[in-house]
Amino acid sequence: MTTILPRKDVVIVGLGWTGSILAHELTDQGLDVLAIERGPWRDTATDFNIGYAQDELRYSVRRDLFLQPAVETLTMRNDTSQTALPMRDFGSFLPGNGVGGAGVHWNGHTWRFWDSDFQIKTNLTKRYGAARIADLQVEDWGVTGTEMEPYYDQFEYLAGISGKAGNIKGQIQEGGNPFEDPRSRDYPNPPMEMTYAPTLFANAGRSMGLHPFPTPSANMSRTYVNPLGITMGQCTYCGFCERFGCANYSKSSAQTTILPVLMKKANFEVRTDSEVLHVDLAAGGKSARGVTYVDTSGQEFFQPADLVLLCAYGLHNARLMMLSGIGKIYDPVTGEGTVGRNYCYQTNAGVQVFFDDKNFNPFIAAGALGQTIDDYNGDAFDHGGLDFVGGAGINCIPTNGRPIGTRPTLPGTPKWGSAWKKATVAGYKSTLGFSSQGSSYATRTNYLDLDPTYKDRFGRPLMRMTFDFPDNDIRMSNYLCDRMEEIAKTLGGKQYNVGRRKKGWDSVPYQSTHNTGGAIMGTDPKKSAVNSFLQSWDVPNVFVIGASAFPQNAGKNPTGTVGALAYRAADAIRNQYLRNPGAPLVQA
Amino acid sequence: MKALAASLYASAALLAITPALAADQADQIIRGQYQAVLGDCAGCHTRPGGKPLAGGLPLETPFGALVPPNITPDHETGIGNWSEIDFRNMMKTGVGHDGVRLYPAMPYPAYTRMTEQDISDLWAYLTTVEPVSNKVEVNQLPFPLNIRLSMWGWNLLNFTEASFEADPSKSAEWNRGAYIVQGAGHCGTCHTPKSFLGADQDSSFLQGASLQGWFAPDITNNAQSGLGRWSQEDVVAYLKAGVNAHSIASGPMAEAIENSTSKMTDPDLKAVAVYLKSLGSDTGNAQAPKPDAARMVAGEAIYHDNCSACHGGDGAGAGALFPTLAGNSIVAQGNPETLARVVLAGSQAVHTAGAPTTPSMPSLAWRLKDQEIADVLTYVRGSWGNSAPAVSSEDIAAVRKELVP
Repeated sequence: MTTILPRKDVVIVGLGWTGSILAHELTDQGLDVLAIERGPWRDTATDFNIGYAQDELRYSVRRDLFLQPAVETLTMRNDTSQTALPMRDFGSFLPGNGVGGAGVHWNGHTWRFWDSDFQIKTNLTKRYGAARIADLQVEDWGVTGTEMEPYYDQFEYLAGISGKAGNIKGQIQEGGNPFEDPRSRDYPNPPMEMTYAPTLFANAGRSMGLHPFPTPSANMSRTYVNPLGITMGQCTYCGFCERFGCANYSKSSAQTTILPVLMKKANFEVRTDSEVLHVDLAAGGKSARGVTYVDTSGQEFFQPADLVLLCAYGLHNARLMMLSGIGKIYDPVTGEGTVGRNYCYQTNAGVQVFFDDKNFNPFIAAGALGQTIDDYNGDAFDHGGLDFVGGAGINCIPTNGRPIGTRPTLPGTPKWGSAWKKATVAGYKSTLGFSSQGSSYATRTNYLDLDPTYKDRFGRPLMRMTFDFPDNDIRMSNYLCDRMEEIAKTLGGKQYNVGRRKKGWDSVPYQSTHNTGGAIMGTDPKKSAVNSFLQSWDVPNVFVIGASAFPQNAGKNPTGTVGALAYRAADAIRNQYLRNPGAPLVQA
Repeated sequence: MKALAASLYASAALLAITPALAADQADQIIRGQYQAVLGDCAGCHTRPGGKPLAGGLPLETPFGALVPPNITPDHETGIGNWSEIDFRNMMKTGVGHDGVRLYPAMPYPAYTRMTEQDISDLWAYLTTVEPVSNKVEVNQLPFPLNIRLSMWGWNLLNFTEASFEADPSKSAEWNRGAYIVQGAGHCGTCHTPKSFLGADQDSSFLQGASLQGWFAPDITNNAQSGLGRWSQEDVVAYLKAGVNAHSIASGPMAEAIENSTSKMTDPDLKAVAVYLKSLGSDTGNAQAPKPDAARMVAGEAIYHDNCSACHGGDGAGAGALFPTLAGNSIVAQGNPETLARVVLAGSQAVHTAGAPTTPSMPSLAWRLKDQEIADVLTYVRGSWGNSAPAVSSEDIAAVRKELVP
């Protein structure tokens, strides 16, 4: 028995970064907005209480803030010859849960993608010829770097990013990233105080002619008041960012940048612990009527709405589209269908350098406190003589020195016992790590669809992930590992260890929660699920906001681009869509 | 003239309203709405999230619970059957429609100083509020206090109908401030200590009082416990935004700021500041005895482990987010009740347009023992220029018992 509720102007599925941004913008427009959030309400003082927020066992090992697989999981396989099996524990990636979403427990690296990332197919074809990307399914985004700039700026000022501009209106800035696109102004906050390991790393890079700069960080370098009037506190460098909520209002999240204002608005409401089962379409399937959701008692509700915004985690956005019949599910055999297409990830690798005579005090840290070298990222370097496209940011960002997880040891050390204990004592203070955050480019055979066998607790099919690292990306990662090895040698130390990325993606060890694609943006409705304003081609009163819209992933963390796309979608809804609701903003 | 205006208004509903009359009436309603802001009617008479003025949450008085009634114009459950004269008499004397005697939880001992015009305006406004049917059982006091006639005796002992007496030797601004503070603003209802009968002790006017589990601080110009170290602009900023360099409002004052003072006009806030800054003598040199050194050492260690991440190693805090503890007026009160409460139960800061962040102090009741809280508060009260008396574990235990009966 489904209870039919009073109509709302807008219903938002998921109250994380994008849901909060859209809710704030559209309530400012005067619309009556409801957000439906699967997980619980989360608030700094009660949920990230200073007295227990840094409980490594609870939050990092037992992953208290994350989505539990019993609520929703997916099946995985490396290629179509295999039978996918359910991930019964999340490992390689850890989706968020509850108000604030994964934005609660991120590290805070906040990047801008470049124009060469957005116009990637055009750019690579022009520069290296179509044959170079024949094995890939890379696509242009349908936006330019110039078009995205104001929205990046808006997100960075909302979130109080600490950093150093490298290019202001075409003028290269000393100490910033010289490879970035022009920005209209500097970051709202200066870079954080640098710790020892990134300082050494930057010195080594500089001595090699590379261009290190402070990683743009959503950990506050000073007290900051954002454009909504909300104050954030200076980061204490406690080293409990990733997997943790911040107890000090020092890490940007919906909680620390938007919700205090949003929650006081009379035309906004959130219903937590309520899971949207699907979007309900009108007869003919060309418009959405609202959503059906279920609360924790099992009671089902139909929430009518004029506009439906899917603002869940990217993977969940794609699955909700599949379960609702919005767009056609991608088929890798025919190449037809758009939902589930161009699933991408992140191609990472890491290096450790062991010293005898250094003390890095690794417990003085923050999630995005470090230095980055972008000389080998994206298309910043010439791939003419190389056998791959793409690249990686090389990051020395020692995010923490937490006692359970931080146990670096020399290769060959026993995994347990007194020799291991002795080695961890020696290694804890004196090991420097850095890593490559590599691009992940789409192929025809990396995709998402619905699993034919496994179902969730409501009897709906799980989503199936078919993914392995493309050969192009492995070649890219190896090239980056060679470059990182050069940096390791320059750093000195008694020994170093390079962990190279290999084919055969393994869903068990943690790698990255940068799952992208599945509902990608673009200019061609045959190849993309949403237009460049993230409006569904098939059901125009549905917008799908998040990293699900990335046609492929760059060598950077996605949150900055997710935030900018959310602001761009909000702008399009406010200033274009509402003039003629229900109509497509781009003619197919 | 006033009577004429009132009778014109009373008949306006029956007659065709001329444009001029409608404009006058609209002006009066707008003025009355501002009186409702000054008087913070909503603070007591509106339940959080509830319909405006349709009845509030129980007030826990030392004598028992009283529930603020429905004051919308609903005929059955509100004040729809009252006349303007009934309302005027209630505000002036505490005796309402049909001779019902109010309890002084309704601050008629302050409202009695309001002018006839302001009361008339307020009435005009209240008649325009949406009528809401909501029956409120006001009187939940024990015998014999539940007999309203007992208030006859209370009034005899404690109450005199009065009008505000302007002091011609003071500026118009000072007098306006005095009128708001003593009258509609009813600041003394919380901030003035009470006799055992619950009446204001006029000799200690606004020097701080305990009620509903909070200690409403001294708001005279005393340099140690009061506003002596606040500038006039500090007082205005606090009342307008809930935040200034010395404090961030939470608890009952946060509600008063959200509903009332943040909506007052800037000239009125300045007038209030001028008046408060003129009260009391600047007796800031009285130093509490130096606390026991061992307790200071213990308190400092607890402070650095539990408090310094937000409030800073030097107690300086951070702007509108984490209140400074150095020179903080809550820290400086002789009575540590609010301080203990905030550490035990946590507290959320006020929300205003000027300070929308609403940061929260987390509860540390589960983490710190009474003696530890007493030590850390003793340290805070004796550091960075603070010199408030030491806190005992019994002080903390008493508040803990109140919070978890």
